[in-house]
Amino acid sequence: MVETVKQAAASAQGAPYLRIANVVKKFGDTTAVDGVDLDIRKNEIFALLGSSGCGKSTLLRMLAGMERPTSGKIILDGEDITALAPYDRPINMMFQSYALFPHMSVADNIAFGLKQDKMPKGEIDARVAEMLDLVQMRKYANRKPYQLSGGQQQRVALARSLAKRPKLLLLDEPLGALDKKLRQQTQLELVNTLEQVGVTCIMVTHDQEEAMTMATRIGIMSEGQLLQIGSPAEIYDYPNCRFTAEFIGDTNMFAGPVVVDEPDSVEIDSPELGSRIHIDHGITGPKGMQVWASIRPEDVHLDVVPQAAGPNVARGQVHDIAYLGSFSVYHVKLASGKVVKSMVAANHWHENSITPPTWGDTVYVSWRPDMPVVLTR
Amino acid sequence: MHNKLSPFLKGVLVVGFLFLYIPIVSLIVYSFNESKLVTVWGGFSTKWYASLFANEQIMAAVKLSIEIALASALAAVVLGTIAGFVLARFKRFPGSTLFAGMMTAPMVMPEVITGLSMLLLFISMQQLVGVPSERGFITIWVGHTTLCMAYVAVVVRSRLLEIDQSLEDAAMDLGARPLKIFFVITLPLVSQAIASGFLLSVTLSLDDLVTTAFLSGPGSTTLPQVIFSKVRLGLNPEINALASITVLVVGVVVLLANYLMLNAQRNRDKAIAAAMRESGAHS
Repeated sequence: MVETVKQAAASAQGAPYLRIANVVKKFGDTTAVDGVDLDIRKNEIFALLGSSGCGKSTLLRMLAGMERPTSGKIILDGEDITALAPYDRPINMMFQSYALFPHMSVADNIAFGLKQDKMPKGEIDARVAEMLDLVQMRKYANRKPYQLSGGQQQRVALARSLAKRPKLLLLDEPLGALDKKLRQQTQLELVNTLEQVGVTCIMVTHDQEEAMTMATRIGIMSEGQLLQIGSPAEIYDYPNCRFTAEFIGDTNMFAGPVVVDEPDSVEIDSPELGSRIHIDHGITGPKGMQVWASIRPEDVHLDVVPQAAGPNVARGQVHDIAYLGSFSVYHVKLASGKVVKSMVAANHWHENSITPPTWGDTVYVSWRPDMPVVLTR
Repeated sequence: MHNKLSPFLKGVLVVGFLFLYIPIVSLIVYSFNESKLVTVWGGFSTKWYASLFANEQIMAAVKLSIEIALASALAAVVLGTIAGFVLARFKRFPGSTLFAGMMTAPMVMPEVITGLSMLLLFISMQQLVGVPSERGFITIWVGHTTLCMAYVAVVVRSRLLEIDQSLEDAAMDLGARPLKIFFVITLPLVSQAIASGFLLSVTLSLDDLVTTAFLSGPGSTTLPQVIFSKVRLGLNPEINALASITVLVVGVVVLLANYLMLNAQRNRDKAIAAAMRESGAHS
């Protein structure tokens, strides 16, 4: 009784729906997951993003119960589920390979989880029909999985993992098995379905576009640790470390010491740039500290007319041009050999009546002082 | 089309086929020989078939061999499937290497040694506990099962390693307990491997002579033993007739199995192609 009152009080204060508290997983000598703390709110779609081997899949398997954490706790809706077997958890997972049972029909696949709960037959049939409608697969109910296309299999897998109305849905590389065109179309379809059902959801992916499109919040993982958690915009605009800045989108990174440290501006000396980087806001850190400045290619201006020498400006030669349709990425090689990428809209040159620079031309790169993001690690 | 074979390749092909099939064809032809001498043609006759079916010794041996083959295959399939599952799915446990080694030992060990060691085991068991009281059906059955289950375990294990383990993970995730998963998911997925293991076991058991020689008793003579002992006393056209029937039965079974498998594969391919067409039409 005291417990339930406490729980009610906790949820009233907006306690997280799922709490992952200092979870560690070791396989022999290697640490796959290294002290992850993460709070997930109810009905949010959270994406764990990282390259392969960063520990994101191990973390997902621990949530599903397939792996037992070496230490730490997992608490779902007020209940400690750390030691619960996979078949006792109110959590379901959609597998990367979909893992549809090949010897069962679509309807039997969806009904499988419900049968394990000894649900009455009538209710199972009703729920299966509801799920088939949800993913628009009703007319395929009696097909076997091998009689379905990849996109259809993905929808059946989704229906099966939602059929038991789990408190938490896990998606392992949900669209990784689909080809690119189908993937983009399916991303929004999947988000719509998840929001329609209203399920709390954690997905694991290495595809940043997928994470940015689908998730309300993203956690960047590397070497078993969560480096940054935030909304897609926060993570893109304000990365807190070099790994995040380089992993999400593309960026130009300059390393150097802080040489001018005023309350409202700083200057970083960059040997690679051959000049200083001026930033129009202060940072917390002493003068002389080694920092990195990250500037996104779309924030780098490209000029063919000479620019006055000074901070935030450098001269170089066009080294490479990647034509990508609506925009092009110019790779500009500076005197130091450093290549700076600049993204230019396709209509930029035409609108300003400038002949576009080509290979070997001398150009000037520059950016506004509010564009660089200063990173200390 | 590069289907045209050079004369050399054609020649090699013909020689190969002759090499493989002349012995079998001559065996079948001579089973219809009137003469008692196997190597001299004395006119067409089916009398050896008649005398074969009248030969009680051979008929009893056929019956015993089939019984032992079915019983051994059945036991080998049960034990071999369990062993294959342990080999494929269990993490390392103390003695797992020894277990894997012992499992495959009957396959690589000379049969003479397997047979002899089993004979010694049965004799000492008989002296110590009085069981088995005599050598016969039971001892041959145990021997054949040991041999066959090794093959079944290998076939089932490799099939288990082939199938996506996330299928079993998914079943567990959906609330099924391990034992239920084994029967509802794993077993149906390896059913083909089990079936081929069963057929392999039947063949091995029917064919086995060496192990059987060590484990059979006075009242239990299997078909290979009868054939072997008859051949030693001089070739007998009855054996030709028996061999011809065996070839016929095996041939029909193999052709039928091939036909069924091809048919299943064709239907599956058709279904996949239809699914692809449909999804193509949708997008």
